[in-house]
Amino acid sequence: MAHFDAIIIGAGMSGLAAGIRAAYYEKKVCILERHYTIGGLNSFYRLRKRDYDVGLHAVTNYTPKGTKHGPLARLLRQLRFRWDEFDLAQQNYSAVQFPDKQLKFSNDFELLRSEIAKEFPDQIDNFEQLLTELIDYDDLAPEHFNTDTRAWLSNIISDPQLVEMILCPVMWYGNAREHDMDLGQFCIMFRSLFLEGFARPFEGVRLILRKLVKKFRELGGELKLRHGVSKIEVENGTAHGVVLDDGTQLTADTVLSSAGVVETMRLCGQEDNTQIDTVGHMSFIESVATLDCEPKDLGHDATIVFFNDSDTFHWERPRDHLCDIRTGVICSPNNYQYDSSLGSLPDGVMRITAIADYDRWNKLSDSAYQSAKTEWQQKAIDSAIRFVPDYQSQIIDTDMFTPTTIRKFTWHDNGAVYGATKKWFSGQSGVKNLYLCGTDQGYVGIVGSIVSGIMIANQYVLQ
Amino acid sequence: MTPAEIRDAITDILATIAPDDNVEEIRDDVEFREQLELDSMDFLDIVMELRKRFRIQVPEEDYPQLVSMSSTVAYLVPRMNEH
Repeated sequence: MAHFDAIIIGAGMSGLAAGIRAAYYEKKVCILERHYTIGGLNSFYRLRKRDYDVGLHAVTNYTPKGTKHGPLARLLRQLRFRWDEFDLAQQNYSAVQFPDKQLKFSNDFELLRSEIAKEFPDQIDNFEQLLTELIDYDDLAPEHFNTDTRAWLSNIISDPQLVEMILCPVMWYGNAREHDMDLGQFCIMFRSLFLEGFARPFEGVRLILRKLVKKFRELGGELKLRHGVSKIEVENGTAHGVVLDDGTQLTADTVLSSAGVVETMRLCGQEDNTQIDTVGHMSFIESVATLDCEPKDLGHDATIVFFNDSDTFHWERPRDHLCDIRTGVICSPNNYQYDSSLGSLPDGVMRITAIADYDRWNKLSDSAYQSAKTEWQQKAIDSAIRFVPDYQSQIIDTDMFTPTTIRKFTWHDNGAVYGATKKWFSGQSGVKNLYLCGTDQGYVGIVGSIVSGIMIANQYVLQ
Repeated sequence: MTPAEIRDAITDILATIAPDDNVEEIRDDVEFREQLELDSMDFLDIVMELRKRFRIQVPEEDYPQLVSMSSTVAYLVPRMNEH
């Protein structure tokens, strides 16, 4: 029976990052992934000769080369990558678009400041106050994660419309809870989005994933695709190893799981009610349209638009329909400042994301599912073109995924992209030698999950 | 290893961990954290690199002795020469 220092469940960003740290310091590591490819919630695929990214709208936490502070600099140092290796091109700019007001923002914070001054002149001082009250990464304490953001923010920003416009992109970026969010998460994400910024490799997320896998393998790590874990073996409250889908047993001193907290406890046979209550419900549909021109040719040069069609932003699982299209994200991967030597992306692309209810989608019969996809793809586009130029006559191909697609390829419950509503910051699962990393440990997004994998490996595999 | 060789080894480790810092101009009696932008993760890496390169285990209670170049060299001299 093969024995490892560490077994890592999941070859997404956090699992790969944890694997690199462990392998670099000569631990015998095996990453097990059920899917035939890497990436998890941030993966990629090819369809009809086109390359698509799953999950990546932007790499957040962008800081320029030479910056020493912040999550990006930290993860590059910890994984021994040079800044150039991630090939990050900066966004043009993004915008929060409500019916009567727009706030543009970019990797230069002064843009957001000037937009606030333009759209909410009586809130300038309050906004500066907000910046001083934001808690820095290293100062975050457990109580911040039990404080609700809406009330806190409304105490500083006195115009409710501005509160909604700030919460909209931050919640879209990564709030697992409905309606409100933890203050600690808000501070992390506000920094990531506004004080740091967005970037994207020209090749998309596959570049980052390929580099992570290459480094992991070069360091002697084993990566086994199509090797799903059926069970985590627990005896006397201690994890000893895993059983694969095909019955093979592997043992390890330590098991790290990026499968999600509820999913992981289920693998231990220890799913209890408190964890089920925290399972996340925020999932999405996404419609990706390939165009025969660049979005900028239609007058659209924004990188990401977060839209909301009323003064109040609703962040909740749809209760009466398959999707909620009152709010959405419109992403144009072309609209980044790629090096001119690279040319343009092969195609023009517009991606629309809308909130969706997994349970309703999951209950559809196969034929009902197909017609629902067609119907809601159109509804999502109709909703989006109130805020961006109508690109429909430029469409030459489309693809769409739903919550059940996400569930199918990541095995995360409910296709919950942001994971459980309660995060497990210590990474401790309650089972000895079993630790959680990834979205449910606490950080979302590419940078967040990589940092999570690094931290958990440092704490529990290396020490 | 002589103290000078040990010092070079530590400079090498610091160059790996903090590639953007100027490790050649480190002042021996000033704490690392005052000269380099090292966070707690970087500090753990100093310990891990010592283990990886020289098979030296530094127990947690000894971490405070690795606070500067001179204290680190002094700490390692007797331990390096056991190998």
